[in-house]
Amino acid sequence: MQKDGIEFMREYLKNTWDGIYTVLVGMRITFKHLFTPAVTIQYPEVKVKLPDRVRNRLYVNIDDCIGCDQCSRACPVSCIEIDTVKSIPGEDLGTTSNGKKKALWVTKFDIDIAKCCYCQLCVFPCPTECIYMTDVYEFSEYERANLLYKFSALNQDEAAQKKVNYEKFQAEKEAQKAAAAAAAAAKPKPETPAQPSDN
Amino acid sequence: MSLKTETMVLNMGPQHPSTHGVLRLELEIEGEVIKKVIPHLGYLHRCFEKHAEAMQYNQVVPYTDRLDYLAAMGNNFGYVLAAEKLLGIQVPERVEYIRVIMAELQRIASHTVAIATNGADIGALTPFLYLFRDREHILTIFEETCGARMLYNYMWIGGLSHDIHPDFVRKTKEFTNYFKNTIVEVDNLLSYNKIFIERTANVGVLPADTAINYGATGPVLRGSGVKFDLRKEDPYSIYNRFDFDIPVGKGLQGTVGDCWDRYYVRMREMEQSLRIIEHAIDQIPEGDVQSAIPKRIKPPKGTSYARVENPRGELGYFLISDGNTNPFRVKVRAPSFVNLEVFGELCKGHLVADVIAILGSIDIVLGEVDR
Amino acid sequence: MYQFFFDLTGNVIISTLAVALVPLICILLVTLFGVWLERKVSAWMQDRVGPNRIGPYGIFQTVADFIKMLQKEDAVSSEIDGVLYNIAPVLVFAGSFAAFAVIPFAATIIGSEIEVGLFYMLAVSSFVVAGILMGGWSSNNKYSLLGSMRSAAQIVSYEIPTALVVLSMVMLTGTLSLTQISELQTSSFWHWNIFGGPGWELSKFLLIPFMVVGFIIIFISTLAEVNRTPFDIPEAESELVAGYFTEYCGMKYGMFMLAEYGNMFAVSLLVSVLFFGGYQSPVGYLGKTFGIEWLVSLEQFGWFFAKGWFFIFVQMWLRWTLPRLRVDQLMTLCWKYLIPYAVINLVIIGIISLL
Repeated sequence: MQKDGIEFMREYLKNTWDGIYTVLVGMRITFKHLFTPAVTIQYPEVKVKLPDRVRNRLYVNIDDCIGCDQCSRACPVSCIEIDTVKSIPGEDLGTTSNGKKKALWVTKFDIDIAKCCYCQLCVFPCPTECIYMTDVYEFSEYERANLLYKFSALNQDEAAQKKVNYEKFQAEKEAQKAAAAAAAAAKPKPETPAQPSDN
Repeated sequence: MSLKTETMVLNMGPQHPSTHGVLRLELEIEGEVIKKVIPHLGYLHRCFEKHAEAMQYNQVVPYTDRLDYLAAMGNNFGYVLAAEKLLGIQVPERVEYIRVIMAELQRIASHTVAIATNGADIGALTPFLYLFRDREHILTIFEETCGARMLYNYMWIGGLSHDIHPDFVRKTKEFTNYFKNTIVEVDNLLSYNKIFIERTANVGVLPADTAINYGATGPVLRGSGVKFDLRKEDPYSIYNRFDFDIPVGKGLQGTVGDCWDRYYVRMREMEQSLRIIEHAIDQIPEGDVQSAIPKRIKPPKGTSYARVENPRGELGYFLISDGNTNPFRVKVRAPSFVNLEVFGELCKGHLVADVIAILGSIDIVLGEVDR
Repeated sequence: MYQFFFDLTGNVIISTLAVALVPLICILLVTLFGVWLERKVSAWMQDRVGPNRIGPYGIFQTVADFIKMLQKEDAVSSEIDGVLYNIAPVLVFAGSFAAFAVIPFAATIIGSEIEVGLFYMLAVSSFVVAGILMGGWSSNNKYSLLGSMRSAAQIVSYEIPTALVVLSMVMLTGTLSLTQISELQTSSFWHWNIFGGPGWELSKFLLIPFMVVGFIIIFISTLAEVNRTPFDIPEAESELVAGYFTEYCGMKYGMFMLAEYGNMFAVSLLVSVLFFGGYQSPVGYLGKTFGIEWLVSLEQFGWFFAKGWFFIFVQMWLRWTLPRLRVDQLMTLCWKYLIPYAVINLVIIGIISLL
């Protein structure tokens, strides 16, 4: 019983001492920090330089796009929508910066950046490196519709025109084919049919 | 005279400062003493497992980031290990080293948040900011290498999305040297503070057998004194090459398995992670990190299970392949979810103020609990 | 001070109002500056910048906040107890405001020079409990209720160590008047009570350690009485959201805020009166050297404010260093540690002062 009392007193005094001592240790640390300069930055005025590989808003250099749809397929959230129309012979679409010949009109290249999860999976498969992530991160909008970025170089009328052109061309080709077939049917010995053209 | 008394139901969350996300706790209290705790989950349910079935194997990786968003590297790690097992890919040495370093950096980053929020729940806001300040260094290192601060999509099946940044080794070394001071500072400011000890020691005691029965893993299990760490028990990747200790709860300030032990295990684990990083950073071999990435991921029929020691515990991925480009089934063993089950057991008989201390010491991430 | 205004105006009502206005403005300014300082100190301690948008160093941030608070809609829930709900903030504020009546800001600047100043101050500061209980109960919110229960238990308990230390000081000085206690510690910091009071006897030196203990006890217990971290459990934001004023908004919330900072200032001033010479300068007065009477008052006012702000700073310093205690530990600290130490301290000081 006597020992318990002493034991108790020792613990009691130790608790008191620990309480005061550890508080003072903590106070010393925070006091030291009172005079260390702030590590935060004043954001809108000061901006940190972002690293080169930073992944923010997607950008598409549509001049280089060949409309291969690989980015759209790689996207896990399906935020990229691409429509293409084949070009007709005689239309020169030019080449991309790394020398690939373009064969498709990209009539629609929409990225819904609100859906984008910034995973960068679309960037890697691109054969012409025309889709990439930029360091732009301040693009909030009041309307969700404004976050649908349209990258296609063609406006709606032009896109419709291209489509009409292609359909017309296709129809003409069909007609030619039909005519050739009719001609072939008329002749007893058929000639070799015309090779179907890709464009 | 006897008064008719009844218990009060206090609804904590889903909007509450310290439920660490959108967890709702239904507390049945008598005065301030907890009689029963019913956690309600699912506010953050995103159908990850079902969604993964509609994805190609490599497209699942960004979704794994979002499970335990404080330890995205670890999530990627587990998933790619499972997928690589399925595909039978052997990744290059360089990839293994970088993965381990990244996972350990991530462990430190995750533990800083766990410790910071545990302290902040108890009322110490200053260590919170010190630790977040230092977490920022890790995030900057990650950002330089893979471009993202939180949801990295860094580890790919068979390799990595990027090779490490030229500054990576230097910055990581700087960080490991610098961070040791922070650990000392936080130890002095928080770990050994009498008030903090009073609040956490002998609170929420989880005996070792209960922890094992509930399937708790990670610091929750180790805080109860069980020396179980997958990095030692079932070494994946190249963890068997490194020399590190597994800190376990010893009941230094109270009983083995109390909140303070779980907290302290995390503190000491950060030191061990620094050790691993310091060891590994000088040994990164040369090589191409993308050489083993398959062009087309179409694994044969079969199943695979891979588990990693995430900061919160054992994270397991079970993949079933039916020979298609999409996984047939992805099952996640989420450590936060399993650890949360212990919570009700721990809270009984404690006060309302202890609930948040216990919840903080279990360290859940609702993104992983609800999936 | 009342006499001064009475001489000036010759009207009882105007002079009474004028006297009442001085502490009111004081509290307002103290709150505005106190909140700003709190933010700045916390920011500096946490390696941040803190408010810096409005005015130099963000000094007008709190003014902007105050204006915002005045403009807020007074949204009340339909299930409240209307009368109690509306009285509570007034009562809490009145409690902290009334304490300023007896605080001597300088030898001549005092609201009411009553003989039992200390007693009055202890009495009115515990008045706040009623307001807090009312607020917590009438809000019809479980968090508020828990917060107010905790608060009531806490304030009532911590009255005891405060009173015990005050008692020992009364024993030593032999007066309850705050002005007289201040006057006793005149002319040099060596005469402050923390250094055993005036004189050069042996008992003075013997008293010093016990005075320090007394000071620590009263500092801790007043800290608890004004609900500051580590004793802020009534409003522990990580547990009880905002404690007893969870449901309040607009200026009613502002009243609680004013009362909190008013109380902080009041207890800081009380501690400086009891142990640090009150309005007395530690070195001497320029006014006395030059023989200018009003300058002395001004200097005393300055010294008193400086001491008050120093203790407020220490309170903030503690707040941003320490975690908060649990409700039962709070009671343990009070009943098992502070009160026994305070009683022993009281007895020893009694014996020494008999020497």
